[in-house]
Amino acid sequence: MLGNLIRDKGREGRRGYTLPRPDVKSVSLEKVLPKGALRKEKPKLAEVDEPTVVRHYTNLSRQNWGIDTNFYPLGSCTMKHNPRANEAAANTPGFAGLHPLQSESQAQGALQVMHELQGFLSEVSGFPAVSLQPLAGAQGELTSILMVKKFFEDAGDDARTTVLVPSTAHGTNPATATMAGFGSKEIGLDEHGCVDVEELREMVDETTAALMITNPNTCGVYERNMVEIAEVLHEAGAFLYMDGANMNANLGRMRPADKGVDVMHFNLHKTFSTPHGGGGPGSGAIACSEALAPFRPDPVAEKSGDGYAFVRPDKSIGRVAGFHGNFGQVLRAWNYIKMHGPELRDVTDMAVLNANYIRARLRGTYRIPYDELCKHEVVVQPPKGKKALDVAKGLIDHGYHPPTIYFPLVVKEAMLIEPTETESKETLDDFIGTMLELAESTSEELEEAPVSAPTRRLDEARAARKLKARW
Amino acid sequence: MARFTPHTEDDVREMLEAIGVETLDDLFSDVSPKFEGELNLPPALSEYEALSDVNRLASKNVAGLPMFLGAGAYDRITPSSIGAIISRGEFLTSYTPYQPEISQGTLQTIFEFQSVISELTGLEISNASVYDGASAVAEAALMTARQTKREPKVAVSPGLNPRYREVIETYRVDIVELSYNDGTTDFSEVPDDVSGVFVQSPNYYGIVEDVEAAAEAAHRVGALCVAVCDPISLAVLEGPGNLGADVAVGEAQPLGMPLLFGGPYAGYMATRQEFVRQLPGRICGETVDTEGKLAYVLTLRAREQDIRRARANSNICTNQALTALVATVYSSLMGPEGLREVAELSISKAHYLAERLQEAGFRLRYPDAPFLWEFAVELPDVSRANQALLENGMVGGLDLGDGAMLVAVTEKRTREELDAFVEVVSNAG
Repeated sequence: MLGNLIRDKGREGRRGYTLPRPDVKSVSLEKVLPKGALRKEKPKLAEVDEPTVVRHYTNLSRQNWGIDTNFYPLGSCTMKHNPRANEAAANTPGFAGLHPLQSESQAQGALQVMHELQGFLSEVSGFPAVSLQPLAGAQGELTSILMVKKFFEDAGDDARTTVLVPSTAHGTNPATATMAGFGSKEIGLDEHGCVDVEELREMVDETTAALMITNPNTCGVYERNMVEIAEVLHEAGAFLYMDGANMNANLGRMRPADKGVDVMHFNLHKTFSTPHGGGGPGSGAIACSEALAPFRPDPVAEKSGDGYAFVRPDKSIGRVAGFHGNFGQVLRAWNYIKMHGPELRDVTDMAVLNANYIRARLRGTYRIPYDELCKHEVVVQPPKGKKALDVAKGLIDHGYHPPTIYFPLVVKEAMLIEPTETESKETLDDFIGTMLELAESTSEELEEAPVSAPTRRLDEARAARKLKARW
Repeated sequence: MARFTPHTEDDVREMLEAIGVETLDDLFSDVSPKFEGELNLPPALSEYEALSDVNRLASKNVAGLPMFLGAGAYDRITPSSIGAIISRGEFLTSYTPYQPEISQGTLQTIFEFQSVISELTGLEISNASVYDGASAVAEAALMTARQTKREPKVAVSPGLNPRYREVIETYRVDIVELSYNDGTTDFSEVPDDVSGVFVQSPNYYGIVEDVEAAAEAAHRVGALCVAVCDPISLAVLEGPGNLGADVAVGEAQPLGMPLLFGGPYAGYMATRQEFVRQLPGRICGETVDTEGKLAYVLTLRAREQDIRRARANSNICTNQALTALVATVYSSLMGPEGLREVAELSISKAHYLAERLQEAGFRLRYPDAPFLWEFAVELPDVSRANQALLENGMVGGLDLGDGAMLVAVTEKRTREELDAFVEVVSNAG
């Protein structure tokens, strides 16, 4: 049977692209390279024509849902509309053709973009220093915690071995602590789903390097004790890091530096709408206090005379990326912020309005474990006896991408709904109507779902048991 | 601004009422004290104004000239259909395929990407990609430590891109320096406590290294061999897996990604089946749905941070799906013959330029070493040569800071450009 992979659609000898004709004498590889180094068999890649390639991938795209095709309230991921002006910006030849190792004098436009975005992120977060180098949110976390590590090494304090992580944290937080050479300890929650300050007081000591907090946290609840939390940590000489995954709830309303945070990361692909691209590329810029600024990755863009230059912070942790970060995402985020200006606050206001509206309308049918003001997302639980997974798959049959499910881990059968600010009231009303309808469905009906998607439910265990990860 | 947020005043009023609060401010009553006042940002621009600024700043960059810079990012031809495919909103605006029933497009393209990387590297298992070449190298260094259960310590030579080396160090891995003579690494003295031995081929200076010797040296001391390879080179060079390397990593940018001042690119990572548990990042595998239909899904998730948290094998949680898709479409369009042609054109042109430079009296830094499309040439004054090249409408090579220029030649360069390069450099003295 003819398979559906691009390679299955080919035939030896077909080509999808023509290269310029050679204009110099061809070199014999056997003459210039050692014999053992040469390839013996050609790689089994697709041999296909251009029309086949375009049709194949266009049809694959149609097996996918994106924000462009469906409401996509995936909690913690901020799936907002991606303005196409950002794509136009990133495709501008004067940027797209710029080599990362061109001299600073040849890249003044790019350096200015970087410098201005650093300034915008400073303003939004309240921090004096920024680095745009981390390539994703998780790498921004790692960068932040490596900076904390280096700070203590520089101070000769080798007792700081532990990073505290709330039980609601993203899995990346404890994994990051491990990668940065720390142990991690989990800290419990109070009745609001927030970090338990009393427990924190008991846990913090001279071995504590930092607490990794997410605010609003992954239940969508604002960590209202953040100032006190920062004080507890600072009294013990430790740092407060903020996971900025949820910054869409804070723009123009809360600046982490004002609350005592020392270092944070942004997800430019979430808050500032550089597209998610099916799981990346993203960008994980960080912002920090004066105390941590010297430890930022190398390099940062700074003003120099009439222009801009790259500078290595004097106690830098070193590079975390091959070049200067995901510049394309930097450019998109810069363009996004310029199209919003101070009205960024409206982004947050509408995102929070939408999430609270969903909370209010689902109340009574869905259980809401923290039923107080939420921020940009709300965590709900299906009616008793129903599984989050089944409701999620049921949503697919109604044309909705499901929310994040089974996260945060502290809420059983969690469904984390993040509508974002770019959805209309009509979309939200229809979604809410569907959620309420699904709550009435029988479990048997839901277990069948989805029936209208490109595939039915998958045998995930088989994929691991009989691993086949290539053609 | 309102163009991205649909609510009218009436919508807002009705929604606030449903919530049971009076004003938008009330939604932030828990944020106390709030940030008051207005963010000090430039006033909001229309799309037209914003893009005018983009164009104004773009014109302050020197771009669009014949490029002789490489050193890890290459000015290669990018077929137009790539842009058309990655602009599809279904690819561009989706997220990590957590819901496989509605993400088969992303999942299958990942599966195809993994297949391409496995074919090129000669290794059984590829992941779905990581951030960039440098982070792939650093993740590989950590992987060698987990697999060998040794402290993270790797042997590298100056043949490894210095930026990759810096990221290894940032990731808290110790480095042992191997000696480097006449353009290639000497693998005869690898300390016996290292977790990994790195070999970059072609190396930072464009020279083909002996991957087999590196693998033998690594295995002699119970370490893993990590090969760092430009994927285009693997159209003509033997896959490192077939030469004994245990892990292959590298920068996928040459497979159709624009330079874009350094990113986004994609890093690739492949390894032997037996080491798959220590491979970080997403992996897509084949399976079936409840009706037996073939489908794809993220698999071996128990390695990952969202399941295993502090004991995960890395904190990485996304791949570079869209840029990995670029690489996949590029390799489909080119096919094995096209990729080989890209490599051979680049090699022929680079060797032409190197010969012309030598005829003009310049010396290659490593005249006897086998190189592909990049080489170091000694010049009396590299920065003066680069200045002269710029004045003549070309971007010169990388100033290595020691009297040599690292010159990269891709299939894009024409004979006229190569001849002009020689002439300008000769006249620059």
